Amino acid sequence: MLQGFWFGTIAVLWAGFLMLEGFDFGVGMLLPFVTRTDTDRRIALRSIGPVWDGNEVWLLVAGGATFAAFPEWYASVFSGFYIAFALLLVGLILRGIGIEYRGKAETANGRHWCDRAIVVGSFLPALLLGVAFADFLRGVKMDAGHNMAGGFFDLVTPFGLLGGVVTLTLFLFHGAVFLALRTEGAVAFRAKVAAKRVAPVTAVAAVAFVLWTAGTRGGWLSFLLGAVLVVAFVASLAALWLDRIGLAFSASALVCLLVPVWVFSALWPDVLPARNSAALSLTVHNASSSHYTLVVMTVVALLFTPIVIAYQAWTYWVFRARVGAASVGHGGYEETVVGRLRHAASVGTDGESPAEPR
Amino acid sequence: MDATTLARWQFASTTVYHFLIVPLSIGLTALVAVMQTLAYLKRATPAGEVWDRSSRFWGRIMLVIFALGVVTGIVQEFQFGMNWSAYSRFVGDIFGAPLAMEGLIAFFLESTFLGLWIFGRDILTPRLHLASIWLAALGTTISAYFILAANSFMQHPVGLVYDAAKHRVELTSIWKVLFNSTQLVTFPHTILAAFMTGSAILLSVSAWHLRRDGELVDLVHRKVAGLAVGVLLVSVVGVSIVGHIQGQIMTDQQPMKMAAAEALWNTDDHAPFSLFAYADVSQGHNKIDITVPDGLSILAKNRPGATVQGINQVQAAEAAKYGPGSYIPVVWLAYWCFRLMIGFGVLAGLVAFGVFVQWRRGKLTTSPRMLRLATWTVALPLAANSAGWLFTETARQPWLVYGLLKTSSGVSTNVSSGVVLASLIGFSALYGVLGVICFRMVRRIAIEGPATTLPPPPGSDVIDEPVLSLV
Repeated sequence: MLQGFWFGTIAVLWAGFLMLEGFDFGVGMLLPFVTRTDTDRRIALRSIGPVWDGNEVWLLVAGGATFAAFPEWYASVFSGFYIAFALLLVGLILRGIGIEYRGKAETANGRHWCDRAIVVGSFLPALLLGVAFADFLRGVKMDAGHNMAGGFFDLVTPFGLLGGVVTLTLFLFHGAVFLALRTEGAVAFRAKVAAKRVAPVTAVAAVAFVLWTAGTRGGWLSFLLGAVLVVAFVASLAALWLDRIGLAFSASALVCLLVPVWVFSALWPDVLPARNSAALSLTVHNASSSHYTLVVMTVVALLFTPIVIAYQAWTYWVFRARVGAASVGHGGYEETVVGRLRHAASVGTDGESPAEPR
Repeated sequence: MDATTLARWQFASTTVYHFLIVPLSIGLTALVAVMQTLAYLKRATPAGEVWDRSSRFWGRIMLVIFALGVVTGIVQEFQFGMNWSAYSRFVGDIFGAPLAMEGLIAFFLESTFLGLWIFGRDILTPRLHLASIWLAALGTTISAYFILAANSFMQHPVGLVYDAAKHRVELTSIWKVLFNSTQLVTFPHTILAAFMTGSAILLSVSAWHLRRDGELVDLVHRKVAGLAVGVLLVSVVGVSIVGHIQGQIMTDQQPMKMAAAEALWNTDDHAPFSLFAYADVSQGHNKIDITVPDGLSILAKNRPGATVQGINQVQAAEAAKYGPGSYIPVVWLAYWCFRLMIGFGVLAGLVAFGVFVQWRRGKLTTSPRMLRLATWTVALPLAANSAGWLFTETARQPWLVYGLLKTSSGVSTNVSSGVVLASLIGFSALYGVLGVICFRMVRRIAIEGPATTLPPPPGSDVIDEPVLSLV
C-alpha cells in the first residue's frame, strides 16, 4: 500500500522534473539555434533564470525519495548506471555554472565558454535521461545481491538510444514552445520555427518508442497512457500551427508529465526488472524501506509537497511577464557596474553600449 | 589502488571541496540578509543607503560562491549510490530519510527564494524581497541540519534495529535520529563555523579596501568590517564552547577518536594535553611528546584526575567486542587535523580581536600591517573547516557507520577501480578549473568594490539592469 504510494510519488517527482527542467534543457540546447546576438542569448536565458535551479531540485528530491523509500533501487541504479550518472553530473555542473556565471563574465570570450557549457550541459542530461528510462523498461542484468552486471555499453542499445532521442527531441520541442510563449521578438519567432522543425522527429521517435515498449512490457493501462501521450503531443503540434502558443505549451507540458508516468506504469510492480531472471527483479516490495520509514516519509511528503508546489507556482506568477530586450537591459555585466563607474568618470559620453558588447 | 581506496579519495576530495564552499554560502547568505535588513530598517537615511549598497555588493559575491555550492552538492546526493551502494543498501532505510527531507524542505526553499531574490528586486515589494533572502538563508540552515543529522547517525547510530535477514539497519525512531545527542552539538558547531567563515570573508575584503584607501575608503567597507568583527568574535567563542562539549560527547561515544586526536596511546588518569607528538605506530607509543599536564583530562571530562582511555586499550576493547582486526585510525592525521582545526580557528579569532583593538584605539585605517594580516583572515576558517571535517571522518575509520559497518564493506562491488579512477580524475579536473574561475571572479568583484550609486528605483524611466542579475 505505502510502497505503491511511494512508487507513485517518485513518478510524480520525475514528472515534475521533466515538465519543468525539460524546458530548461530545451532552452539550453536551443541557444545556438534561436539566438544571434548577445542580447538574444540573455533574453533566452533570462526566461529560465529565476526558476531553473528550483526546477532542478525536483531531480534531487526524486533521487532522495528513492534513497529513502527504495534504498535497494537507489543503490542498484546509481552504481549500475555509474558512467551515465557521472556524465549526467558533469552536464548539470557545466550547465549550472554556465547559466550562473554568464552574466558575470568579463569578456565576450568568457561568455562564449559559458554558452558552450550551457549547450553541452543541457544536451547530455536530455539524452541520458531517455537512455536511462529505456534501460529501466528493457531491464538489466543483476545478480542475487541486486548488483548490476555489465558496463556502460550494455546500456547503450538501439532501444536505449531511441529512448534518448525521444527525451532529447521532446525537450527541444518543449523548450522551443516555452521560449515562444515566454519571450518576445526574434527569439520567440525563431523558437516557433525550431519547434515546428523538431516536432516531426519527436513524433516519429515517440510513436516508435511507445509501440516498441508495448511489445515488450506493460499492460493495457500503460499502452493507454502511451497513446494519450502521443495524442497530447499531436494536440500540442496542432495548437502550435494554429498559433495558440499557451495551449501548445500546456499540451507539451502534459506530454512531459506523462513520460515518467507512462514508464512507471509499464514497470509496475517492478522498479528495476532483471533481464536474466525475473526472480532477481527489484520490485516495490523487495526494494522498499521498512513500514515505519515509509510512514515517516509519507507524513513529511504530505505536509511539505503542497507548500513547495504553492511557492513554486507563485514564483512563476511573479515572473509571468514576457522577457524582451527591455527586461535584460542593454549590456551585460560590464555595462552595468563598471559601465556606470566609467560613465561617472568620463564626461561627454552618453553611456550607450553597442548591441554586441565586447 | 583498489576501488575502495579510490572511492574514498573521491569522496574525500569532492566532500572537502564542497565543504569549502558551503560554510561560505551559509554564512554569507545570512550576513547579506542582515545587511539588507539594516538597509530596510534604516531606509531613506544615509546609513540605510550604505547598507543597501553593502547587501548588493556582497550579494554578488555570495551568488558566485553559492552557484559552485549548488552544482557540487548534486554530486554529493548521487555519490552515495554510485560509489557506496553497499552502504546505501545497509543504511538507506535510515540515512535516506534525512536526505529526502533535506531536498524537499530545504533545497526547494533555498533555490526558489534565491531565484526570487535575484530577479525579484524590482518586481517584489521591498518587504517580500527581504523575506526572500531570509527564506533562502533559512533553507541553507535547514539543509545543514538534515545532512548533519545523517552524518551524526554515522558517528553515533541511534534509533535503529538490525535486520539480519535483509542485512540492513531499520529505523525505529525518526526523532532519535533527528535529535541525536551528537547532532545537537554538531549542528551548532558547524553553523557557528559557517558564520565564522562568512564573516571572515567580509573582513578580508573590507580590510583590503581599508588598507588601500585609508580614510577615503567607501563607507560600505567600514560598516561591513564592523559587522564582520562582531560576528567573527561571537562565533569564535561560540564554536569553541560548543566544540568543547562536542569533544566530551565524542570521548564518551567514540573513545578511539579522542585517543587518536591526542595520540594518547595508554589510558591515563591524569592525561596530559599534547602540544607536539611524533608517534611510532608499530610500537604503539610516541617518540616525542610535549605536553600540558592534566590538560586532556580537563578537556575530555572537566576534571584533572579523570581517566581518559588510550589507543591501545580501546583497540583491545573493540577487538574483543567486534572481532579481530585493527580499529586504529591514521593517528598522525587525526592528531594534526585536530590541532589545525583548533589552531586556525583561534588564529581567526585573534585577527578579529586585533582589528577590534585597533578600531577602538581609532587607528584602524592607519594600521596597514594589521589590515594586511586581516586580508588573509578568510583562509583561516576555511582551513579549520577542512581540518575539522577530515578529522571527524578519518578518525572514525575503519568504521563507516560506527560499530555497525566498516568502510571496506560499504563500497560498490560492481564498479571497477578503472571507472572510479576515471571519474576521480575527471571530477578533480573539473572542480579544479571551476575553483580557479570562481576564485578569480570573486577576487575581481571584491577588488572592484560596491557600486558608488544605487540604481534608480523601479518605475522610473531609466531602464537599467539590476545589479544582481545572473543573466
